[in-house]
Amino acid sequence: MDYQELAIESFSTLTLNKVRTGLAVLGVVIGIGSVIALVSLGQASQRSIEEQIKILGSNLLTVSPGAQRSGGVRGAAGGGQTLTYDDAKAIITSPQIITVKKVSPEYSGREQIVAGRNNTNTQVVGVTPEYTEVRNVGVSSGFFISQQNLDGMSKVAVLGPQTAADLFGEGVDPVGKDIRIKGLTFRVVGVTASKGGSGFMNLDDRVYVPLTTAQKQLFGVDYLSSISIEVVNQDVMVEAQNQVGYLLLDRHKLNDPAQADFSIMSQADIIGTATEVTGTFTTLLSGIAAISLIVGGIGIMNIMLVTVTERTREIGLRKALGAKKKIVNAQFLLEAVMVTFVGGLIGVVLGVAVAYVLSRSMGLPFALSLSSILLAFGVSAAIGVLFGWYPAQKAANLQPIEALRYE
Amino acid sequence: MMIKVSHISKIYKTGEVEVKALDNVSFEVKKGEFLAIMGPSGSGKSTLMHLLGALDKPTKGNYFLDGENVGKLDDDELAEIRNKKIGFVFQAYNLLPRTTALKNVMVPMIYGDVSKEERTKKAKKYLQMVGLGDRLYHSSSQLSGGEQQRVAIARALAMNPSIILADEPTGNIDTKQAEEIMEIFQDLNKQGHTIVMITHEKEIAEYAKRTIHLRDGWIAEDNKNNKNQKQKTKS
Repeated sequence: MDYQELAIESFSTLTLNKVRTGLAVLGVVIGIGSVIALVSLGQASQRSIEEQIKILGSNLLTVSPGAQRSGGVRGAAGGGQTLTYDDAKAIITSPQIITVKKVSPEYSGREQIVAGRNNTNTQVVGVTPEYTEVRNVGVSSGFFISQQNLDGMSKVAVLGPQTAADLFGEGVDPVGKDIRIKGLTFRVVGVTASKGGSGFMNLDDRVYVPLTTAQKQLFGVDYLSSISIEVVNQDVMVEAQNQVGYLLLDRHKLNDPAQADFSIMSQADIIGTATEVTGTFTTLLSGIAAISLIVGGIGIMNIMLVTVTERTREIGLRKALGAKKKIVNAQFLLEAVMVTFVGGLIGVVLGVAVAYVLSRSMGLPFALSLSSILLAFGVSAAIGVLFGWYPAQKAANLQPIEALRYE
Repeated sequence: MMIKVSHISKIYKTGEVEVKALDNVSFEVKKGEFLAIMGPSGSGKSTLMHLLGALDKPTKGNYFLDGENVGKLDDDELAEIRNKKIGFVFQAYNLLPRTTALKNVMVPMIYGDVSKEERTKKAKKYLQMVGLGDRLYHSSSQLSGGEQQRVAIARALAMNPSIILADEPTGNIDTKQAEEIMEIFQDLNKQGHTIVMITHEKEIAEYAKRTIHLRDGWIAEDNKNNKNQKQKTKS
């Protein structure tokens, strides 16, 4: 038996009942399309989160103070007062630590900022000049906090673009203007470049002041809220984490790492957690889409069963004329596979288009993985075989006499 | 001997009741014969037709077609026998719907692995032989009953079978067209084709050389030399 002839035969029977074939194809289109669209949307959001975290710097270590302990009561993590400017200086000057490139000690607190008639509530961060490099922050206008500002405890401020817009209006250069924080007047000397991000990770809604000014004049404290450390490269992150850890333990006169009054987190830790969360999300979405694919497959089975019943006489005739079981089986299987193949093809195109439009409108990067397309395609062919198998078997096993008598 | 049926029985079981459709039937058909099997409904002629057509297997007895014991074959071997050695003509024509006459005649040749060029050539030849040379590309719905049956005859000839098996070939056709169909069968018989035809109409059976009468599953009469055989009205 000529398989080309068989394919032509199957194709022409499919075109005989266009509406029915169309509906069967539609079921597969929706199934495959939603798998492709949802998987690529999931991957897009995963990539978007990863990118946002990378903005913060991927070879970054963050040292935060541990929980404050007074007697037996343990306070909130990060609320401790154990990290000092001297700790930060020690990290960079210590001869044992060679993996650290720059250290940026920070103290931050939320304050009300006033400029003329406008005001806003935002994060005021006391920083040193190293902050720009460690945190990857650029300046779009004016200058960042300088060493002189730090040494002289100057009352100068650098605004995030969001804060600048909130206080002085969109498109106005605030450099040279004054703002008031806690009753003190600060001169704006620069605006940072936009970095994006949203919510509590929004790096554009900030006010930077010299660390010394923040500690002594604004908040009246002598400790730090965190120390950011730029490591030489990503490969020595763990080494750097250990070296900094032991130095701080030593400086804080602690012997047991379990008693450490600080914690060191790397960006890799944060990325890992976020990836895990979005990965679960993607799996969930593809699970839902897979269900619609199965429903599409059942649709095909249903239609093939109807076709077999409807064509009982024809099957009987074909068998009488010499069609062997496997030929009848192959013909019906081929019909089911053709439906899923065409449906799969349209579904892939449609799914990609939907994913593109949705990711555009949601401001996500457009992610398209070849593997998910191949998988969806493979699954659709498999569904054709799987759900076409039973009806095809049923057709192949029809007894010719009974099939010929069938009305 | 083309066909040798020896002591064949076919028993159908419906629950507790056993129905003997054929009871110890034996006969032989030589090459080039034109045999009509007659009998009222329920006489077992349809059952006999199914057995002769390798569509079914006997409960007891043997059926030899060209020396091959058909009762011993499996489903796929039966399919091959039907394809290569038997040409069917059914009462209800059984053409593929919405398919051209040419394509219909080609179906058995597709299953019989005949090349595409040869299929087309032979299909055209046989359709011309049954007088449908100008209707090659008509679909079955565009043809009259008689014309559809002629397509079915051309299809039966496609694989050059040992026997042509016709089951009430004129049952759905008006008298005039029925005569034409029977003349085609007579012509084919003169060309050397072996024909076994099942009918309950006496006038139709008269076109055959030999008549077997079935009654209640056994052979009541075997008239080997039909003296009244009808001749072509126009020659």
